[in-house]
Parts: sequence; C-alpha cells; structure tokens
Amino acid sequence: MIKDETTIQPNKVKSMQDYLAPAVREIKPSGIRKFFDLVSNSKDDIISLGVGEPDFSTPWHVREAAVYSLERGRTKYTPNSGIPELREAIADYLHTSFKVKYEPSNEVLVTVGGSEAIDLALRALVTPGDEILIPEPCYISYSPITSISGGVPVGIETFAKDQFKLTEKALRDVITPRSKILILCYPSNPTGGIMTYEDWLPIAKVVEENDLIVISDEIYAELTYGQKHVSFAAVPGMKDRTILVSGFSKAFAMTGWRMGYACGHSELISAMTKIHQYTVMCAPVMGQVAAHEALTNGLEEKDRMIESYNQRRRLIVKGFREIGLECHEPQGAFYAFPSIVATGLTSDEFAQKLLFEAKVAAVPGDVFGLGGEGFLRCSYAYSVSQLNEALERIGKFLRKL
Amino acid sequence: MDTLKLKILELMKEDARRSADLIATMLGTAEDEVARAISEMEADKVIVKYATVVNWSKVDDEKVTALIEVQITPERGRGFDAIAERIYLYPEVKSVYLMSGAYDLLVEIEGNSLKQVASFVSNKLSPIDRVLSTKTNFILKKYKQDGIIFEDQADDHRMLVSP
Repeated sequence: MIKDETTIQPNKVKSMQDYLAPAVREIKPSGIRKFFDLVSNSKDDIISLGVGEPDFSTPWHVREAAVYSLERGRTKYTPNSGIPELREAIADYLHTSFKVKYEPSNEVLVTVGGSEAIDLALRALVTPGDEILIPEPCYISYSPITSISGGVPVGIETFAKDQFKLTEKALRDVITPRSKILILCYPSNPTGGIMTYEDWLPIAKVVEENDLIVISDEIYAELTYGQKHVSFAAVPGMKDRTILVSGFSKAFAMTGWRMGYACGHSELISAMTKIHQYTVMCAPVMGQVAAHEALTNGLEEKDRMIESYNQRRRLIVKGFREIGLECHEPQGAFYAFPSIVATGLTSDEFAQKLLFEAKVAAVPGDVFGLGGEGFLRCSYAYSVSQLNEALERIGKFLRKL
Repeated sequence: MDTLKLKILELMKEDARRSADLIATMLGTAEDEVARAISEMEADKVIVKYATVVNWSKVDDEKVTALIEVQITPERGRGFDAIAERIYLYPEVKSVYLMSGAYDLLVEIEGNSLKQVASFVSNKLSPIDRVLSTKTNFILKKYKQDGIIFEDQADDHRMLVSP
C-alpha cells in the first residue's frame, strides 16, 4: 500500500547540517571549486591555464589494451591489492627509475588514484589529534583529508626565494610532540618546485630524530626538467618510514582512469589494504590492465610527452618574464607559479579580473595554502598557440592595470 | 645529424610557421643558433619546402586523388629510375615511390575531376614504353595524412579548472 504523504512530518528534520560529522561540516569547499564555478559561468572565449591534467589523450596502445581486455570479458574483481603483473611492473619500474626496491607481493597496493592512497595512509595512521605537517603551497586535498581522518593539519610555509623547497629550519619550527606525519609533494603542484638529494638529507635527519612517518606524493616524479627526481624513499634509512604514493594520471596522461598506488612497509601496506578492501574492494580491472600496458610498453611515449612539456615550460616562463611578471623557474610538474604581488592585487582579485577582463582562467595561489597568496598557478599543459594567446592577453591586461 | 637539428625539424613538422625565436625558446637555445641550423638544412635540402596540409574535402573545388599501381619492365643499366623520372616530371603527379610486392611503382595523381585523372592514366601513363599495366585506386576519403587526423578532434574535453 502506498503511504499517505500527508502523514510524513517535514518538520522533524531541523537541518541536515546537524546530522553531518563535524569534521566534514567544518571543511570549507575548495577554492578551486569556487573558481571553477566562476569560470564555468562565464564560458565564452576563455583561454584556460587552469587545469591540472595533461592535454594529451591516453596513448592509443594503452586504451586499446583496455578495450581488448574488455572484449575478452575481463570484467571481474581482482585481488584487493591489484593484479600481480601490475604490482610487479610497478615494483620493477620504481627500482629502475628511482632506485627504490619494493616487494610486489606485500609492499605494493594498487589504488583508485593517488588520492585514495593518501586517504588510506592517513586513515591507517592517524589517531585523532595527531599533527600532520604539510609544506605549502600544496595540492588542495591534503589538509581537508587530514581533518576528515581526525588529524590536525599544520602548514609549513615555503617561499619562492627558496624555489619553494622545504627547509630543515621550517620543518623544525613546526614540530611538536604531537607531530606524526609529514606529507610531501615534490615535484610540487602548484609551484613546480623539486627537492634534490642534497635537499632531502637534512629533512631525513629531522624525520628520523622526531620519529615521523612520511607520505610522499610523487605523482609528478616523471615530470622533471634537467634534474632527475629523487624519491624520498630512496634516501638512506627513509624507505621504511615512507609511503610512496604515485599513479598514472600525469606522466601517462591517464587522469580519468583513476589509477594509483602506494608502496611502503608491508605492515603499513597491509593496514591500508584492509581499509581499501572494505571500501572499494579493488581498483577497476580495466584501469589496472591499462596501467600495466602503460608501464610495460609506454615509456617512450611518456618521454615524448615530457619533452613537449619542457618546451612549453620554457615558453611560458620566458613569456611571463617578458610581460613583467616575476616567475621562478619550475623544475617539475607542469605549472608555472608567477608572482602577481607587483600589481598590488590579491591573488583572488587578480585571477577574477584576469578572467572577466582578459578572458584567461588561472588559479589564484591562495587556494593552495600558506605562501600561495601573491601567486597564480598557470598550467602549461596547453598547445603552443594557446599559450601564446594566453600570454598575449595577460600582457595586454597588465598594461591596462 | 645533430640532435638540435632533429628537434628543430620535429617542431617545424608540427607547425612550419614557428619562428626561429619561438623554437629557440622552446628548446632553450639561442635564436641565431636555430636560424643558422634552419638555413643549413634549407641549403642541404633537408628542408625541401614549406607546405600546407589542406583538407580539400572542406573546400568547394574538391580535388580528386588516385593512387596508381604501375607494373613496369626495368631498363638495362638504369633499373626503374629512367621510367620513374619520365613519370614524375608530369605536373599532375604528386608522388612516385618504388615499391616491393606485386607492383613496381606507386604513383599519386591529383586532378580536378575523375575524368581528368582517368584521361591522364590512359593518355599519358599507360602508353609509356615499358609500362606493363596500371591499376587505378581513387581515394574516397582522407582520414589522416602526414600524421594529421582530418576529423575535428581538437576539442579540449578537460574542465576549465581542475586541481
């Protein structure tokens, strides 16, 4: 029998907000989301420098491998930690490329994007009240997912004069007895900063002295220009303290596939796998097949894409400097992070004016946390002609300010 | 060939209109070095010509292209070269390749109409001494040429702003 609608009492629920978990309720919507809405509402003739993903399509042989695997009916659950051949390929790859050796059977976990890996690591490690140290400006998710896991995010400001590197002093300054985890993201989104082996050594010392665990998000590891990426896990003594997080989104142009992984101490990986198995069970099988193809047959294509980013990086940095914006030279990822302090506007004001008056979308630096104010994140994962057009528009805009 | 020249060629293959200044910026080298390399490659006929890839199907006066398989008897002492030369000197002929397999030359003809191409084949190509047979294949639609896909695939499906 259909229930009479009049018997439902609408006033029983005061506000849905009252039901939400405080940790979730208190999270502010991401600044990127706000800016996305602004941009989407003024769509006409906008040149965007606002995306955090490659402009290449996933290489055809990778897509084709997934299609072929689907055709053969490979559509079932996989082992929780991922198909064995992919875990082996990941371990081989990390060993060859970054000199870190993991045991595929119990030190590698395939996840739904790097983001899931970071979430799993935090949920596996955080006791409410633990302090999680986060060098900023950084990827927008670290602080909110820390809060959701019950941790207390503690930002560490980094500066353009240091090329946005994390320094020993800055790290020491924020450490308290409650500090437990350090989240690293080098090469950095949004600054393009990287850390060298020499930069890591003093950081590793502090990590050891203070018994910290490190979540090292190395999703941009492949995208460095000039110097090769040094994994924090490759620094002597750090492997067992580090969860190396990475994925296929950036270097292999596979953002939408949501394929990532975490590698680390077997007990930590096992704890993360427990949460993973109860929440997502396993990463999608077609994505895993594609990721395996990318790692085994896609390295050349990856190198071609990186060469192309490098060319565009030079173009945009020179372009910014020529139109009068100070811009440190990013050594990794695909973002330039020019300073707009000289204009006297805040990042948000500048980005909004730029959007409405010059029709160029770029992300205001303040959304990336401490140290981001006064900067603008500009992705250069765009065609040369789009970059030139954007630079021209920004130049014209600056002259009118 | 040195790597700089190869990189310059790759960038110019993508877009021949790129200036030496732009290429120098992209490769992180000096403009005069790029300009010199380009001049050298022009002089050495490495760069033969700057051309435009046209999708004629979007233009009203659509061209007709045919690929003709030609069987020939090679000439003593000069092999296939003499006949290939006789054929490629015709302005209608866009390209000529010596092939392995069931026929000898592949000849690409471009004309304004089917009739014009057919007439070229029957009046000019077939009567050449030592041409044994021809098989004419008309191109019905071009999907990809010189690495460029003709269908509009340029749309950027990414969101305008993302993390």
